[in-house]
Amino acid sequence: MAEITLTVNGRSVTKSVKGNTLLVEFLREDLRLTGTHVGCDTSQCGACVVHVNGKDVKACTMFAVEADGAEVATIEGEAAPDGTLSAVQAAFQEHHGLQCGFCTPGMVMTATALLRDNPKPTEAEVRDYLEGNICRCTGYHNIVKAIMAASGQDVTSIAAE
Amino acid sequence: MYAFDVVRPSSLDEAVAALGEEDAQALSGGQTLIPTLKQRLAMPSKLVSLTGIADLQGVSADGGTITIGGATPHATVAAEAGSFPALAQLAGNIGDPAVRNRGTIGGSLANNDPSACYPAAALGAGATITTNSRAIAADDYFQGLFTTALDEGEVVTSVSFPVPEKAAYVKFEQPASRFALVGVFVTKSGGDVRVAVTGASNDGVFRWSEAEAALSGNFAPEAIDGLSVSGDDMISDLHGSGAYRAHLVGVMTKRAVAAANG
Repeated sequence: MAEITLTVNGRSVTKSVKGNTLLVEFLREDLRLTGTHVGCDTSQCGACVVHVNGKDVKACTMFAVEADGAEVATIEGEAAPDGTLSAVQAAFQEHHGLQCGFCTPGMVMTATALLRDNPKPTEAEVRDYLEGNICRCTGYHNIVKAIMAASGQDVTSIAAE
Repeated sequence: MYAFDVVRPSSLDEAVAALGEEDAQALSGGQTLIPTLKQRLAMPSKLVSLTGIADLQGVSADGGTITIGGATPHATVAAEAGSFPALAQLAGNIGDPAVRNRGTIGGSLANNDPSACYPAAALGAGATITTNSRAIAADDYFQGLFTTALDEGEVVTSVSFPVPEKAAYVKFEQPASRFALVGVFVTKSGGDVRVAVTGASNDGVFRWSEAEAALSGNFAPEAIDGLSVSGDDMISDLHGSGAYRAHLVGVMTKRAVAAANG
C-alpha cells in the first residue's frame, strides 16, 4: 500500500492504495465518483477518459499511484457547483449528443480537452480527435455536431444523416 | 493483475538502483505494459515508474540532431519535434490522443513491438539510443520480436535522431488497434537512403536493403519497380497474410518516397 495525495475536481484527497489499483478503480470505488465509466478496460473505448494535469488520459491504463500529486478532473467536476452545465455538456444536451449515454462522460472529457487546445476545430479535426472514443450506439453524428456547437461554430449546415 | 508495488523515483540513479532488485520492471507510459499486466502475462514484484524523472523528459534540437528524453510522451514529440517533421507526424499518429499523452518513446523502443511505429523511425533515421550505461546505434539495437540490445534493468534515457534531408513515414493502419499493419520510414541524406519497415516481419523492424540500394541511385517511387520482399517470413494473421504484407511493403515504400519528395 502507498499513501497518495492528489486533487480531484479541485478537492484534495489523501488515501492509501495498492500498487495495482488503476486510476479508474480509485475514482469509482474509493472516491465513489462513478461518472467515469469502464467500457473495454483495454484502452480502446475511451469511456474512462479523465484529465490528469490538464491532459486527457485513459484512467483504465494508468495506476492511481502515478496520479500522486496530480490534478485530476472527472466528469463530476465539469458542471458548476450550482448545476450549470459546461459549454460542452450543454451542447451535448442541446444537440442530443448521446443515445444510451454510456460513452458520454469520456466523450465530454475528450471534447473538453480538444477545445482547450484547439478552440475552433474543423469537423474533420473533431472526428480525428475522437479516434479513441467509441460510441457503440454509433451516435457519432450528433456528438460531432455538439462539439462543433460547443466551440461556438454554426452547425445549421451540418445536416442530419 | 498480480500484486506488485509501484515506486516513483525522481532521479535516474534511484530508478536504476530500484531496477536492480529481483523481478523489478520499468514502467514508462504503461500503454502496453498495463494491458499486459491485466492479462497476467507479466508478474513483476515491483514497477519502477520512469515518468517522474525530469531528466528523461523533453525534446531538444541542436544543429542537425534532435534528441528526445526517454520518458517523453508521443504528444510532446508531435508538438515539439518540428525540426524533423516526419518524426513529429509519426508521433502524432500513434494510437489516439489520450494514448499519446501517456505512451513514451523509450517505452516503445524498449518493448520493440513488431507493429509499433517508433522502431521504424529509429532504424530508418539511423538514431542512437542512449541508456544509463551506453549509446547503442539503431542498427545494433533491434534484435527481433520484442527483443533489443537492452540488458536487464537498463533504461533508455534518450534517443538522438540525425535530421535527414528528406524523410517520410507512411503506415497502413490496422483500424482497430491503430498499429501499423505495415509502416515504412524512409530517409535520404545525400546519397545515403534508409528504408525501415515495421509491422511486416516476424523478426520485427528491418531495413529493406535492396530498396535502399535502388533508391540511393534514383530517389523516386519507380526506382523500386520490380523489387519485392518475400512473404515467407512475414507476419500472417487474420488482418493480412504474409503475401499481403509483403505486397504492402512495396506500396508503402513507394508512397513514403513520394511523400518525402513532397
